[in-house]
Amino acid sequence: MAVQAAPTGTKTPLVAMNHINVAFGGVHAVQDVSIDLFPGEVVGLVGGNGAGKSTLMRVLSGAHRADSGEILINGEPVVIANPRDAKVYNIETIYQTLALADNIDAPANMFLGRELTTRWGTLDDSGMEKATRTVMGRLNPNFKGFKKPVKSLSGGQRQAVAIARAVHFNARILIMDEPTAALGPAETAQVRNLIRQLKNEGIGIFLVSHDIHDVYDLAERVSVMYHGRIVDTVNKADVDMDDILGMIILGKKSGEVSKNELEKLL
Amino acid sequence: MTDAAATPGRSRGVRQVVGDYFKATEIDLRLFGMVVALAVIILGFGFVTDGRFLDPVNMLTLAVQGASVAILATGMVLVIVSRNIDLSVGSVVGVVGMVYAVLMHEIYPTTIGADTSYGWLLALAVGIALGAFIGAFQGYIIAYIGVPSFIVTLGGLLAFRGVVFYISGGSTQAPDDKQFVVLGGGPQGSIGGTASWIVGLVMVAAAIGLLYYNRRERRRFGFPLRPIWADALIGTVSSLVVLGAVYVANSYHWPAGLATQYAQAHGITEPPGGLQIESGIPWPVLIVIGVTVAMWFLATRRRFGRYVFAIGGNPDAAELGGINTRWTILKVYILMGILAAISAAIASARLNGATLDLGQGYELYVIAAAVIGGTSFAGGIGTIPGAVLGALVMYSLKYGLAYEGLNSPGQDIVAGAVLIIAVGADTINRRRGS
Ligand SMILES: Nc1ncnc2c1ncn2[C@@H]1O[C@H](COP(=O)(O)OP(=O)(O)O)[C@@H](O)[C@H]1O
Ligand SMILES: [Mg+2]
Repeated sequence: MAVQAAPTGTKTPLVAMNHINVAFGGVHAVQDVSIDLFPGEVVGLVGGNGAGKSTLMRVLSGAHRADSGEILINGEPVVIANPRDAKVYNIETIYQTLALADNIDAPANMFLGRELTTRWGTLDDSGMEKATRTVMGRLNPNFKGFKKPVKSLSGGQRQAVAIARAVHFNARILIMDEPTAALGPAETAQVRNLIRQLKNEGIGIFLVSHDIHDVYDLAERVSVMYHGRIVDTVNKADVDMDDILGMIILGKKSGEVSKNELEKLL
Repeated sequence: MTDAAATPGRSRGVRQVVGDYFKATEIDLRLFGMVVALAVIILGFGFVTDGRFLDPVNMLTLAVQGASVAILATGMVLVIVSRNIDLSVGSVVGVVGMVYAVLMHEIYPTTIGADTSYGWLLALAVGIALGAFIGAFQGYIIAYIGVPSFIVTLGGLLAFRGVVFYISGGSTQAPDDKQFVVLGGGPQGSIGGTASWIVGLVMVAAAIGLLYYNRRERRRFGFPLRPIWADALIGTVSSLVVLGAVYVANSYHWPAGLATQYAQAHGITEPPGGLQIESGIPWPVLIVIGVTVAMWFLATRRRFGRYVFAIGGNPDAAELGGINTRWTILKVYILMGILAAISAAIASARLNGATLDLGQGYELYVIAAAVIGGTSFAGGIGTIPGAVLGALVMYSLKYGLAYEGLNSPGQDIVAGAVLIIAVGADTINRRRGS
């Protein structure tokens, strides 16, 4: 890589994924991808549908094992074999599919796999409900239906549950895969505020979207994926939105796109 | 005009007002419906038999007959909730029941001696361990190797019935252990009048304690409270039901012959009119109550139960949440095996013998009980008390029809029809609800 873009003033990345490969049968969903993330930084991961963004992030969150490649956390090589491992490293994920169990309520989903228990080893449902109400108060004050199965909630409320789950557990590394897909403008603005707030707390965030507009304001750096490969990782300061758009659509670095191609595109 | 606004209830109609009050109690509509159905069935048979059906002896017999299936149904709820099935329960009951009989009838006399004070407990321990092992074996193949549960347990249904034949030596075996037989119920297999009242009072205290605890918890956290009248109503009704059931159980007295034998054995001179011994709650019914409470606790108050429901709702979400889904499924099958061992104890003790076909066909009644009780085959939905009520509904129908002289094939036809009607009504209800 000729230009290794990195934010100034930091040395060891919070996360570095190096030479990751994932194939589904004949489909090379992720090919030799390297990407990194520093504390307090938002990296936008963009690319068309099917570019391999979700698959790459699922490797980091332990949902899928890579065929090859390495993951470093704070410079140390780690093995993330399952979602439990990822949580040990404080990696929290908002999945594109939300990954909610529809038949149970919001507190149960928020604490899924990490339930609070009383000193008798029974579920502390009241404690979990209280914590959920607190997080929701900050995230989505209009949220109602703490006792209802999440199936009966609106798309925005379901998304709020998925976000609440990721932010409640003191993430150091946050993966947000299309987190505003189901949200209206007001709710989207809330999530964007939340991202800024978390970033200021020093959390590193991978913000994934198929749409550059979702990430442009928030990200310091943008990594563009195209057909399973990273096209380029750029400092937002060095490029404009059209450059990135060209990379997403044509799969070429901004310098390699001819004026002609770009004009045709726009 | 202002009048109508002040009493919005009148303009909204009685139905809606009743509906609102009902909602305030937060009672599960489905469970409530089943209790009503059960009452209608029992009172209906009582009506057509001029009240003879309502005799305590019928109520007790019915409950004891349904016990084995009710116990299995509590486990089947979790199996089906986790998107699996267990067709092998009847055959596992057969195997464990036969092991009980062979142990007590053939092995004990030449080893620890027949009719020892602890022989029945040892047999139970062996049976429960065996049930757990069979459950673990099937569960492992399902959860870790990934063979569909339908196939694995269909194989189990066939294979374990064959095993029964081999360990029996080809004929019925009798456990012949006086203490073990108590597990099967009947006058001598019941806990007696005083103990029944104590059990009843303990249950009432537990119910009221639970209501109070929930209320206190919600207040402590500042959550919305259920109206006090609703808590009072629920507490009163459930106390009356429990104490009423104890009253019914205690109004059945030992048959005269048995009471006379007992009096002679204990050197009691019988009063005129014979010795009146209150039968009380049969052991199998007490075991069903215990198992129901334990399973309800596991299903709703422990992580394990939460995981089972999460897996049923969305297996991927459960996995991504960090739940060890395979281990959870394996545990569900181990639990099912343990319940099969308990069920086998009751079934073989009741007949005082393990026949080659002990438990045969149970799987169908057990699955039907769970499904009538609101367990959804799509996974993720079901309740333990619902399944027990489902078993009671089915057995009260079966017993009532038998009482009216309908033969066993006829009972099966009705049971099948009820299953389809119950689930059909529920499907329509849910479609209308959503
Ligand atoms: N579980 C899977 N099985 C088979 N193919 C998959 C699976 N998940 C993703 N893919 C394929 O991998 C490629 C990348 O998908 P994905 O990572 O979801 O892309 P993106 O998130 O960028 O839209 C697509 O071609 C998709 O069809
Ligand atoms: Mg995606």
